[in-house]
Amino acid sequence: MAAGQTAIEAKGVTKQFGAGQDAVKALDNVSVSIRQNEFFTLLGPSGCGKTTLLRLIAGFDFPTEGEILLYGENIAPLPPYKRPVNTVFQSYALFPHMTVAQNIGFGLEMLGKPRAEIDERVSQMLRLVRMEELANRRTSQISGGQQQRVALARALAPAPKVLLLDEPLSALDYKLRKDMQIELKRLQHETGITFIFVTHDQEEALTMSDRIAVMSKGKILQIGSPRDIYDRPSVRFVANFIGETNFIEGEVAEVVGGKAMVKLNGGGVVAAGVPETLKPEGKVTVVVRPEHADLVAHGGKADLWGRLENVVYFGTDTHYYVKLDGGETFIIRQQNSHGGGTGHAVGDAVGVALEPNSAQLVRD
Amino acid sequence: MGITQQAADRAERDAIRKRWLLSAPALTIIFFAAIGPLAVVVLYSFMVKGDYGDVKYWQFSLDGWFNVVAERDMFDDTLGLAWANISIFWRSLKLSFITTIVTLFFGFPTAYLIATRAPNKRDLWLFLITIPFWTNILIRTFAMQEVIRNEGIVNSALMGMGLVDQPVQIMFTDWAILFGMVYVYLPLMVLPLYASMEKLDFRLVEAGYDLYANRLQVLRRIIIPLVKPGIVAGCILVFIPSLGAYVIPRVLGGGKNMMLGNLIDLQFGQGRNWPLGSALSITLMIIVTLALLVYVRNTSKGGGHGHV
Repeated sequence: MAAGQTAIEAKGVTKQFGAGQDAVKALDNVSVSIRQNEFFTLLGPSGCGKTTLLRLIAGFDFPTEGEILLYGENIAPLPPYKRPVNTVFQSYALFPHMTVAQNIGFGLEMLGKPRAEIDERVSQMLRLVRMEELANRRTSQISGGQQQRVALARALAPAPKVLLLDEPLSALDYKLRKDMQIELKRLQHETGITFIFVTHDQEEALTMSDRIAVMSKGKILQIGSPRDIYDRPSVRFVANFIGETNFIEGEVAEVVGGKAMVKLNGGGVVAAGVPETLKPEGKVTVVVRPEHADLVAHGGKADLWGRLENVVYFGTDTHYYVKLDGGETFIIRQQNSHGGGTGHAVGDAVGVALEPNSAQLVRD
Repeated sequence: MGITQQAADRAERDAIRKRWLLSAPALTIIFFAAIGPLAVVVLYSFMVKGDYGDVKYWQFSLDGWFNVVAERDMFDDTLGLAWANISIFWRSLKLSFITTIVTLFFGFPTAYLIATRAPNKRDLWLFLITIPFWTNILIRTFAMQEVIRNEGIVNSALMGMGLVDQPVQIMFTDWAILFGMVYVYLPLMVLPLYASMEKLDFRLVEAGYDLYANRLQVLRRIIIPLVKPGIVAGCILVFIPSLGAYVIPRVLGGGKNMMLGNLIDLQFGQGRNWPLGSALSITLMIIVTLALLVYVRNTSKGGGHGHV
């Protein structure tokens, strides 16, 4: 099992709930392949199908169409207890009638492992999540963060081939969530298990993942590394969902060396990167991240022109709202330097200079 | 300081008096409806029986209690165990126990089925379960008789299909009482079971499947421990009225297959032995209390469940 090998693969998976007129397609012909030892995140708003996909992999639901392959074997028809896959539930779902140690040992016990091996593994897991002292507590007697660790230990104890995490951090407060993000990365590194992580929190996805699949309305819109997804969104929804973005409308004039030269509605031409899945022609939308543009004084070298509408100071950075000549509002985020002023006043005519390669075409 | 202390004392006295006044109606009802009658029964059990029923007031004797388990031979006056009474005790305990097990066997899947329906459909199912309560128990028991008697539905069907050539005698046997009690008390098992299953977090069931437990293991290790309060409540609600059943054994068991309720009735009626009837009633209560204690102990230590 070499690194980079495909651990789990969904092939043309469709999941439909209900029948006839009330039928709802929670997943619509989804294909994705997740590599061994990868921290893979399914990111999207609620109702996008990310949890459905997770439940299909876990075996709590069965796909209407398509296959789910685990190391090449179709596991879609298997019941959950026959899949070497474990889940960390959003609600943790710890067994309230068992102690912490009994919860962690449950999976191994069901697999019929000898008592000595279970005890050994349970104490190993307790050490891994730093919960040794609480082994004999009831799950109702420990805090939310501790319950979270027990849920992790319980799912990791049987050494699953893939660990599924269903928004496991959403019930924790901000500080604890930050700690657990680091903790999860550490656990994944130490155990070498493939993690599939479901979240609606873009920041969480960007900081933790090796790769992210952004989902909406039952489809995967884009798969890529956090940097790919952030810097080179290929779909309007992805650009909008993750971080702040400026959208500028225009028309493709020509394609030069893989770059689309886009004639903007408000005048000016920018060179925009073209995603693989998009044919650069006709009316298009160009996206630019606010931190990838600079404000320049009237008469300087700039790509876009407009009037400074508003300046908002945020401490670490300042946001400039520029009303472009084309009508759109363009936001520029600039990091503040010590004692630095801006030299621009609201109402000034200003220019916007884009960093090289910062503009990108997106699909609707 | 002294004044505030006095004021505080008075406020406390007022609060206590108010508490007693508020609970007075409840205490009155408890005394006249529960403790009072019970005291009368206990008192009667220690008195000498009257010649034509009732008791001879303020003449005390232990005969009533003695006769619960022992009797003097009619002819040679030797002491012996009252086998008739003991066999009735035994039949009551046995049939009530089997009734509890059988209703649990059928009630558990029924309650699970209802609890796993869509929330808006559950009410309809519960409504259907409670429909038999609308009919008098006597009528339901006669209906049961219509089903199991020699010329009844079951025997006609069996003979019609040629499975038997003689009707199977069910009426006036322990089987008839058992069928009747299971039928009548089944809802009393389903309702508390449903109440605790409805509260069951089915994500825990999913977690069990996820951790390699098959259906049977999930049932045994997760569902049953979590709905145990419902199981206990259902068993209590079925076992106790079964033990004191009167109408069902009277109609379906006939004169020979008596249960405790019928035996007690006999002492206050034709038997004209009110002290014995009272003593039997108290004995029944003691058995029920013991059964309850066993249940309570079992549930309170249910915490350590889970490991073998």
